[in-house]
Amino acid sequence: MIPAAFDYARASSAEEAIALIGQYGDEAKFLAGGHSLLPLMKLRLAQPTVLVDIGRVPDLSYIREEGDQIAIGALTRHMDVETSPLLHQHVPLLAHAAGHVGDPQVRHRGTIGGSIAHADPASDLPATTLALGATYVAKGPNGTREIAAADFYHGFLTSALEADEMLVEIRVPKMNGAGWSFQKFNRRAQDWAIVGVAAWRRNGDAGVALVNMGSVPILATDVASAASSRIGSAIRRVTNWLDTSLAAAQADPQPDLNASADYRVHLAKVLTRRALEAASA
Amino acid sequence: MEISVTVNGVKHTAEVEGRTLLVHFVREQLGMTGTNIGCDTSSCGACSVHLDGEAVKSCTILAVQADGTEITTIEGMAGADGTLHPMQQAFMENHGLQCGYCTPGMVMAATSLLKENPNPTEEDVRLGLEGNLCRCTGYHNIVQSVLAAAKA
Repeated sequence: MIPAAFDYARASSAEEAIALIGQYGDEAKFLAGGHSLLPLMKLRLAQPTVLVDIGRVPDLSYIREEGDQIAIGALTRHMDVETSPLLHQHVPLLAHAAGHVGDPQVRHRGTIGGSIAHADPASDLPATTLALGATYVAKGPNGTREIAAADFYHGFLTSALEADEMLVEIRVPKMNGAGWSFQKFNRRAQDWAIVGVAAWRRNGDAGVALVNMGSVPILATDVASAASSRIGSAIRRVTNWLDTSLAAAQADPQPDLNASADYRVHLAKVLTRRALEAASA
Repeated sequence: MEISVTVNGVKHTAEVEGRTLLVHFVREQLGMTGTNIGCDTSSCGACSVHLDGEAVKSCTILAVQADGTEITTIEGMAGADGTLHPMQQAFMENHGLQCGYCTPGMVMAATSLLKENPNPTEEDVRLGLEGNLCRCTGYHNIVQSVLAAAKA
């Protein structure tokens, strides 16, 4: 399969990329690693008329410590997130989840910024960074702005990014020794999660987010108050949340070849329990 | 647009369309058909090549994205005198192939894996090859081949 024809422009800086996108308008797309966009283009599910290749923009691939956060450049590849000693030390949940993306070949090319900007609710890193309370930094023609992960995901493959904005950095709070777990249920090694759960827990605080339970990654909103209680109580609180609040949280699990909607809800409860137990061990 | 790509040590300069995939550039414009197209959806790994030393799926990379890089395909693995690469030798000695269709991709993924993890466990090999499918289901001997190559 070959994508529909498009014009190709290579940007040598973030500023140039943003100017090019502004010039070409809505039909243009940024191309980073291309491992979300090119498969869609080959299937003609996406047909941008212009690709602005940001893959060679220097200085957007880094992982560095900034106070109580780790800052990750948007063009940092999954393999570099997976193997980063700094992330293993301070945000092990994110390094681990990055190792679940696709397969090694995909992780050699795909980028954390591309995965988040693509905003696929079935992807591992949007939900993981959401659970961790990450902040995303977007750069546009009028400068940069910070967007909380909780405000970023608007719908299926739709985010708070404006058409002429580029995701440039992901800031993730240090986990400070919190227990964590990433539960991914799928039927084949390299598949997307049928349902996944990213969770961390520390005295008095916790975060849980669900993969592939609706049109956006889902943040369990009342787990923090449960976190200081005993593990059994915390699990009950989250399970109750799943029972009562999934719909309000935009969760709308869809049936497909792999799972019915009811089965997805069941999986979400089972995996959430496992994740919280593992994070509390 | 015009791109320059070094493939198996030889620099090629060619005119490509923006939408030309790296695998089509290698197979059709350069005539190196050792790299196979399997699923064409970045699942099966048959099209794996090395881009600047790392295994990638050439069906999911534009040729223009490879401009200025060094590509190694299965044709570049054996020595100039025909001596097989240790991974190829290990696949031969351990019956690591049946129909052979996935083999070029397996060899490229496996050599990339050993570069990142020179002493893998069996589980490391199985996980490291999760992006390569063998529809003969010959995984057992493929894994044995990679473990043998790691010791070679």
